[in-house]
Amino acid sequence: MKHLVLLCIIAFTSMSFMVSGDETVKPVLPSANVKKITGESVNTSTLHNGGKPIFVSFWATWCKPCIQELASIAENYDEWKQTGVKVIAVSIDDARNEAKVAPFVKGRRWEFDVLMDPNGDFRRAMNVNAVPHSFLIDGNGKIISQHNSYAQGDEEKLLEEIKKLTSGTEGAK
Amino acid sequence: MKKLLLSVILLIAAISYKGKGQTDLGRITGNFQVDAQSYKEDTSIGAQKVDEEVRANAFLNLIYTKDKFSAGIRYETYLKEILGFDSRWAGPNGNGIGGIPFRYARYTDDLFELTAGNFYEQIGTGMIFRSYEERGLGLDNALDGVKLKLYPANGLRITGMIGRQRSFFDYGPGLVRALDVDVNATQIINEYLKGDNGTGVQDWQLSLGGGLSSKFQKDPGGEFILPQNVMAWSGRFNLVAGEFSLQGEYATKCNDPTSVNILNNPNALNYNKGQGLFLSGAYSTAGLGVSLSYKTVDNMDYRSDRNSTLTNLVMNFLPALTKQYTYRLLTLYPYATQPNGEVALQGDIQYTFEKGSALGGTYGTNINFNYSLAKATDTVRNVNDIHLYDIKFGAFGQRKYFEDINIEIQKKWDKNIKTNFGYMNQYYNKEVAEGRPGYGIVKSQVAVAEISYRISSTNTIRMEVQHLWAKHIAVDELGNELKDANGNSVKPTLDRNNGDWAYMLLEYSIAPSWFFSIFDEYNYGNENADWRTHYYNANIVYNTGATRVQLGYGKVRGGILCVGGVCRFVPASNGFSVSVSSSF
Repeated sequence: MKHLVLLCIIAFTSMSFMVSGDETVKPVLPSANVKKITGESVNTSTLHNGGKPIFVSFWATWCKPCIQELASIAENYDEWKQTGVKVIAVSIDDARNEAKVAPFVKGRRWEFDVLMDPNGDFRRAMNVNAVPHSFLIDGNGKIISQHNSYAQGDEEKLLEEIKKLTSGTEGAK
Repeated sequence: MKKLLLSVILLIAAISYKGKGQTDLGRITGNFQVDAQSYKEDTSIGAQKVDEEVRANAFLNLIYTKDKFSAGIRYETYLKEILGFDSRWAGPNGNGIGGIPFRYARYTDDLFELTAGNFYEQIGTGMIFRSYEERGLGLDNALDGVKLKLYPANGLRITGMIGRQRSFFDYGPGLVRALDVDVNATQIINEYLKGDNGTGVQDWQLSLGGGLSSKFQKDPGGEFILPQNVMAWSGRFNLVAGEFSLQGEYATKCNDPTSVNILNNPNALNYNKGQGLFLSGAYSTAGLGVSLSYKTVDNMDYRSDRNSTLTNLVMNFLPALTKQYTYRLLTLYPYATQPNGEVALQGDIQYTFEKGSALGGTYGTNINFNYSLAKATDTVRNVNDIHLYDIKFGAFGQRKYFEDINIEIQKKWDKNIKTNFGYMNQYYNKEVAEGRPGYGIVKSQVAVAEISYRISSTNTIRMEVQHLWAKHIAVDELGNELKDANGNSVKPTLDRNNGDWAYMLLEYSIAPSWFFSIFDEYNYGNENADWRTHYYNANIVYNTGATRVQLGYGKVRGGILCVGGVCRFVPASNGFSVSVSSSF
């Protein structure tokens, strides 16, 4: 019973935080150690794009909607690049598929950055329960929006959002 | 009491943050998920009566971060556990339980990172140590203790940890210790030996690592002396040179008779040491990715409690070297590594025909070819000691466990039409994979066709059709087909799911928020006419931002559910399901 009461308190506090939290203050990327596909360690708190937005997409080699989303971005990557956005695809593949990530990415001609998070440190720090889960982060390191599914057409809406963000017509809200 | 104190501290932090709306008090983020399921008895699919009629699992994570400090808690509840989860999740009295089994505090500096409380970690590929969670399987073997990571120089990381492993809402009896050193040789050479592009140093990425893990569990005494301290160690490398890469890891473990490697059979008590080897090479260039991997494990089941079974208190991670599928019918016969002994290899080719080429068309065409094989190790019982066996380490034994040859072709035809076609031909040793002698092997072929048509910029309809042809064959120890005295094939034991299956799914999505889907799995080829059942399902999903709400109704077939190479049995069920998750 005491656990239930505790849960209620925690949930209530969190919900009130969610509903009426200060709109101008959004989380920045937390610190976690991930790897490049070449094996070098990278701390996620150092990720930046020189003041321009970053799109972070958590995915796995076995996740069909994730692959569809990233493939649709790869297809129009020239247009994405023109906006100045940096795309980072974070693979949550564990040791079962980790060795296949680099050939998978290259074999599909994906040109954006790919990081590997086999221990799930970055995934947990970003509160990712399931993939696909993507984040649009503005030039100040603030999360502008997040999405945890993929339906065809999402990428176009996202590109519009990025264009608005980079053209300055809509700042970090 | 300590848990409560931590929670109160976090709450105060949250409230003060909320009240002042200032960043200098830190911030709280989190996520939660609630999964509820109703159960109705349904003899047509073997769904049994569930007295509670409705059950639910839920969790809530809260993470507090302030500069270099972070802390977190997770509340979990199982009221009672959803069918398929281990019944021990319902607590000692079986009535359902909730609590905060996961809490931690962490301080991260440039030179070190200290974690006190619960944590997840792995050494190398996980052969000698991995604590992790697979929420969908109810697996969580987090350590509770302390972990210290040191970064004495760029490219050098030393990790030490000690703790006890989580076992449901309690801890296992064993004490776990681990140490790992990871060296990025390229980074160190470049930084301290002034390497540069002129020397060619930076064109190579070489990392080396070595780790050891150990557990302590008291020997209860008895006829046999059981090792109280069991150590495992491993060495690894990863080399990337241009388009080529090569990685490997060798691991070995001291002798450790357990309930899994025949501890309970005194005549066959297993005092062998354990060994494992993983090697993988890859070639990756634009449009082509090739990888070839080899793995063998021998007596590598490693637990912090020698008496535990299933996925409880497992200390390491030995995933199957096979392709991981999400197509529904391909989840009928999933394979998981046999930790007591297995030799496996896998080849995988990704090729993309370029846009504008004859086979690539306007948008390019992707082909994936994959082959995997898993067999027994080559062992014989030691003639001098019945508690030992001899092994030709790394050599394939005769008995085949699993084989899969498959191809998938993905193509976008125009702006609105995408297709995916696949064919898989599999050999599944049901006796070994599920530990059920007499069930023989299953030879299956699966064809998959998926087409999606985009009706407008946001509305898409998707159809998936799958078919599985299955042959069930009784076999002897070596996998040869069993025949009776007249030369006729002997029938293996069959479980409820057998024979041919057809599957069809229709999904309508309205980006970015709505998904409506219906599917039917039909076991029309079941040998028992009464079991030729339709398993129909309907689901509605609503997404907004990071919140997802899913409502479903349907019949779910019983079977093995695997996530990330670990599997559990899920019984058949009939009922409604609700799932709500959100991150904030």
